[in-house]
Amino acid sequence: MSRALLALIARDLALATRVGGSGALSLVFFLMIVALVPFALGPDLNLLSRIGPAILWLAAVLATLIGLDRLFQADDEDGSLDLMSAAPVPLELVVLAKVVAHWLTTGLPLALASPLFGLLVALDGTGMGATALTLLAGTPALTFIGAVGAALTASIRRGGLILAVLVLPLMVPTLIFGVSAAESASGGTVPFTTPLAILAGLSLIAAVVGTLAAAAALRWSE
Amino acid sequence: MTGPTRAGSPPKGCAGPSLAGAAHPSPARKDRPGGSAEPEPFRSGAQSGKEAGAAPGARGGGIRILRLSVEELACRRSGRRVFTGLSFALRPGEALAVTGRNGAGKSSLLAILAGRLRPDAGQIRVADVGEASLPECLHAVGHRDGLKAALTAGENLAFARALLGDARMEPRAALARLGLGHAHDLPVAYLSAGQRRRVALARLLVCHRPLWLLDEPTAALDVASQALLAELMAEHRAAGGLIVAATHQALGLEDAATLAIAAPEPGLDRPSPTPDRDADWRDADVEDWA
Repeated sequence: MSRALLALIARDLALATRVGGSGALSLVFFLMIVALVPFALGPDLNLLSRIGPAILWLAAVLATLIGLDRLFQADDEDGSLDLMSAAPVPLELVVLAKVVAHWLTTGLPLALASPLFGLLVALDGTGMGATALTLLAGTPALTFIGAVGAALTASIRRGGLILAVLVLPLMVPTLIFGVSAAESASGGTVPFTTPLAILAGLSLIAAVVGTLAAAAALRWSE
Repeated sequence: MTGPTRAGSPPKGCAGPSLAGAAHPSPARKDRPGGSAEPEPFRSGAQSGKEAGAAPGARGGGIRILRLSVEELACRRSGRRVFTGLSFALRPGEALAVTGRNGAGKSSLLAILAGRLRPDAGQIRVADVGEASLPECLHAVGHRDGLKAALTAGENLAFARALLGDARMEPRAALARLGLGHAHDLPVAYLSAGQRRRVALARLLVCHRPLWLLDEPTAALDVASQALLAELMAEHRAAGGLIVAATHQALGLEDAATLAIAAPEPGLDRPSPTPDRDADWRDADVEDWA
């Protein structure tokens, strides 16, 4: 069973890096948003470094939505999903493997690249580290919440907009705690670990609920 | 739900001849006690979390034994009755050619057998497969080939082999058998429609599955490949496998029983005013466009 899941993760990672894959897409989108903000706000370094974590988190939420609509739709269109439903593996684990692979190609690069992009919004060293850590803890929640919407819209052509409308409200708590954790690292009354623990908890809850809900949505659409 | 397989139950309504006990003595596996096994009720959930290996002689050995019995199956899509009262039974080594006009429900029947559609009425029973559910015992090759264009043919087959389990042939050997040895390292995007179909058919060879569901398997295939497919099907049946093929052409199943799906009685059901996307995508009409 684990061999099948590893094969599925390896396949999705390979697909993300091939031609037409969505590997670098969300990262480039992330960079575009973060790079445009200083141009819009002007060269006020104090203002930029104060709202920097919020900008990075906002960009991460929007970048997560890119490519999410193809998570199950691509496999639904070409019949791969039928192949997976014939595997001796529960659909929940198939969903889990696909979402993990998706996070490895979108969420993880975002978190790892965020210190670099923090330079664009004049973050100091502590802020960069804190933002990267909160993104590492929080982007799994974003991906798993998005997976539910992706499963619901898998059989809808041009379901990307519906997907965004469906899942963005559910991503709000993650965004709130992510930004508050990143900001509390560079001053404030709340200790850093409190919102970070809640953020990690949100990711764990989303991993369980999101996997079950996405699998149920895929079954229901059959 | 559970009951003995009623081999040879008379067809009702529009169903074609029942196949049970028809022409073929199965060449292999005659050692099994024929009617003694109690068939299991079909579990419609495609993903039961069990390992598929509990069947007698399951992994590593030959093709798993499977007997399939379908009774009074009815299908309704978007409120429109597609077919009713289909009954047939298949024993190891037997094949069924499903015929009927476009839109008669051939692909719907295969989708129900594959667990992708829920039947409106009727029962599907499988026997002698142990813990495995029916979707874990079958290969389905249809209009959507399940291949990723960005991956090579070999990678696609290696993935299917790891995912489906019950590995049999190496991807390279399976491709060579289908005359595509040179395509092992080519992305599927570079292959023609007929070559893609042959890669999808090679999936039949990389994993053991006792039941093959083939939806217009000869579509886009040249004459030589059609003969090759007929050869593969004959080998599969000789090893005790089952085949259900929706087809307009003979494709080497001349000796197999035929199930003709007729049109439902007119006037009973009005077509739904809003046909869903699912129906027009998956229904048999698609084969006209291909």
